[in-house]
Amino acid sequence: MSEERTGAQIICEALVRQGVELIFGIPGGAIMPFYHALPEYPQLRHVLCRHEQGAGHAAEGYARATGRVGVCVATSGPGATNLVTPIADAWMDSTPLVAITGQVTSAALGKDAFQETDITGITVPITKHNYLVTKVEDLPRVFKEAFHIAATGRPGPVLIDITKDAQQARSVPDWDVSLQLPGYRPRYHGDREQIREAIELLKGATKPLLMVGNGLIWSGAHAELRELAERTGIPVITTLHGKGAFPEDHPLSLGMPGMHGWVHVNRAIQECDVLLSIGARFDDRVTGKVSSFAPHAEVIHVDIDPAELGKNVAAQVAIVGDARSVLAALLEEMPPRDCTEWLAHIRAMQQQHQGKQRYLKRPDTPALMPHDVYQGLNAAFHARGRCRVVTDVGQHQMWAAQLIDWISPRSHITSGGSGTMGFAVPAALGAALACPDQTIWVICGDGGFQMTSQELATIKQEGITNIRIAVINNGYLGMVRQWQELFENRRYSGTPLTGPDFAMLAQAYGFKGMVVTATGQVEDAIREAWDHEGVVLIDFRVEREANVFPIVPQGQSISDMLTGVSEPAHATPGAPPPGGRA
Amino acid sequence: MKHTIVALMQDHPGVLHRVVSLFRRRGYNIDSLTVGRSELPGVSRMTIVTEGSDVDQVTRQLFRLIEVLKVVDVTESATVEREIALVKVNAPGSVRAELVACCAVFGARTADLGPSTMVIEITGEPSEVDRCLDVLRPFGIKEMMRTGRIAMIRGSLAHEAAPELRADEKPPLLALAG
Repeated sequence: MSEERTGAQIICEALVRQGVELIFGIPGGAIMPFYHALPEYPQLRHVLCRHEQGAGHAAEGYARATGRVGVCVATSGPGATNLVTPIADAWMDSTPLVAITGQVTSAALGKDAFQETDITGITVPITKHNYLVTKVEDLPRVFKEAFHIAATGRPGPVLIDITKDAQQARSVPDWDVSLQLPGYRPRYHGDREQIREAIELLKGATKPLLMVGNGLIWSGAHAELRELAERTGIPVITTLHGKGAFPEDHPLSLGMPGMHGWVHVNRAIQECDVLLSIGARFDDRVTGKVSSFAPHAEVIHVDIDPAELGKNVAAQVAIVGDARSVLAALLEEMPPRDCTEWLAHIRAMQQQHQGKQRYLKRPDTPALMPHDVYQGLNAAFHARGRCRVVTDVGQHQMWAAQLIDWISPRSHITSGGSGTMGFAVPAALGAALACPDQTIWVICGDGGFQMTSQELATIKQEGITNIRIAVINNGYLGMVRQWQELFENRRYSGTPLTGPDFAMLAQAYGFKGMVVTATGQVEDAIREAWDHEGVVLIDFRVEREANVFPIVPQGQSISDMLTGVSEPAHATPGAPPPGGRA
Repeated sequence: MKHTIVALMQDHPGVLHRVVSLFRRRGYNIDSLTVGRSELPGVSRMTIVTEGSDVDQVTRQLFRLIEVLKVVDVTESATVEREIALVKVNAPGSVRAELVACCAVFGARTADLGPSTMVIEITGEPSEVDRCLDVLRPFGIKEMMRTGRIAMIRGSLAHEAAPELRADEKPPLLALAG
């Protein structure tokens, strides 16, 4: 029989029982009882962030690096609303997150009390589920359910809003309480009959493709995927969030599809006759104009979330289930086959477009090109082995996805669905604490970096040393500028950006700061930063108007890519959009 | 095309908000929505009538809600559909007999009688309610309220609230992914 405890103590104990080690948060009036109890539970390490958005992204970074549930805490009102962006981010990217917020007392609810915000109302569309807890007795069950919901099925964020009086009231917690979730029954095992249909399609196809996304990584199905690919010879496409699900140095790996995918990948999709998609949701950044996506393909769609099936792309075979379980069932009966001819055809297309894609035909400029930085980073990642890379959102993110070889699961952490600028620095903080024995590289733009750079103070306070930051500094909100250049007649409205001296800023936080302005300095700078004992920021001052190519203009077919190959060094205003078509 | 969706859900505060939020997000107008108790304590049953191009998708997203136990689009099924309307009609003595006769045709009953008005209660298929209202309109409708339809599949096929709730078993604890 447990002793009587305060609600705040019950919350802490519930977290301990869930195996939580790290909590990212900021205290405030309505969550003070929880913070009062926290020191009694030394198993829970609290990381004081500088902004609740940072706390939320840090919890996401922790979750994405480890595969476990991330936890963040904030007070009511502005504390809670500052969590909205990371909660929405976790929702879009299916990241398991439990967000705990304090709330005004239950007597004051709905009366516009100081720092009262209806955070459960606000987060209904961006959480997998949320709770408003007003009774201390409900806490053990609610925490049990919240962690269960966040981590199972298709993972996602769950918010628990707890009134101050529920934190202060006393109760004897019942830890044996059962889950009361009769409406929540994720299906892990795919339908046998449909799996057989999928096998038949894969056997009969002449141009089959595998496309894998985030769901494959969350279900831990990498070995099964590799087995399927190697047994059948079917080439593998990895979406942005599928990076690392299949090693990109594997002969069957094709790379990324979609808006900034390689020409040969999009061409292969447009030509394929069977497309098996696992744990990917056909985002519009992948499909382009959806009506002309994979026009010859019979689609087999495997997803644990039934609401994803048929949402964007109609599937001939739609299988609800966990990627690993479905792949295992598929492997039981899938005979070996051969795709040599098809693969050779794709490789020939790749050869044809390679120069354009990889910027082998590099613009003849003395300036430091972003591509030079990525080449240096990629070489270092290969040489040094295991590390994690956290990218932000924009041009630098797409270059990273394109130009770095992603080998292992959970090595690539980024904000995909929501496209949240400011994600990288705090997410890296969470990943760094989760993986203290690995180096965490942040790659971000100068725009996104300035959105959450205050978390450098958190990194300093926590004594974190395993973060290295590469700022791809082009003095623009580069992706928007690129669209303005290509599609809006170079009207650079609201995109030129002045930053501080990033190296000096790093020094102000007690870190090493470096500036790189020439291609010849890249390799040495990365080596020096990696070998330094502590956090280092490198300000890579790159060519200001470099572009991400290929690009599919928004809303157009993925058959219609701009490769940028005829791009003049500096297009004249009023000139037609640069870039040859592939 | 109008769709009639029947949904069963746990009777929790906020669950209506979650359901309605999904329709709002897609910009679908809800024609009518009725909610009340089902055959099982703690389980509410909702009938939603809506119009939209992709109701099937909304239905699946509805099912994704943790508190939703079951969702069925019964548009194409043979159903019993009922609606109640309360109508306050001008009823001076001279027309009362005629009013009562009209009501009798539709099986409507007089729920209240005042010095110059009557409150008429019509229960029936929504189309029947429409027809009765057409007949009452010339008398002068002062006030009217319709409940929106409730629907149930004909025959022995049943959308039970949740068979697993009947047993005293705990819901199965699911294995963690990975």
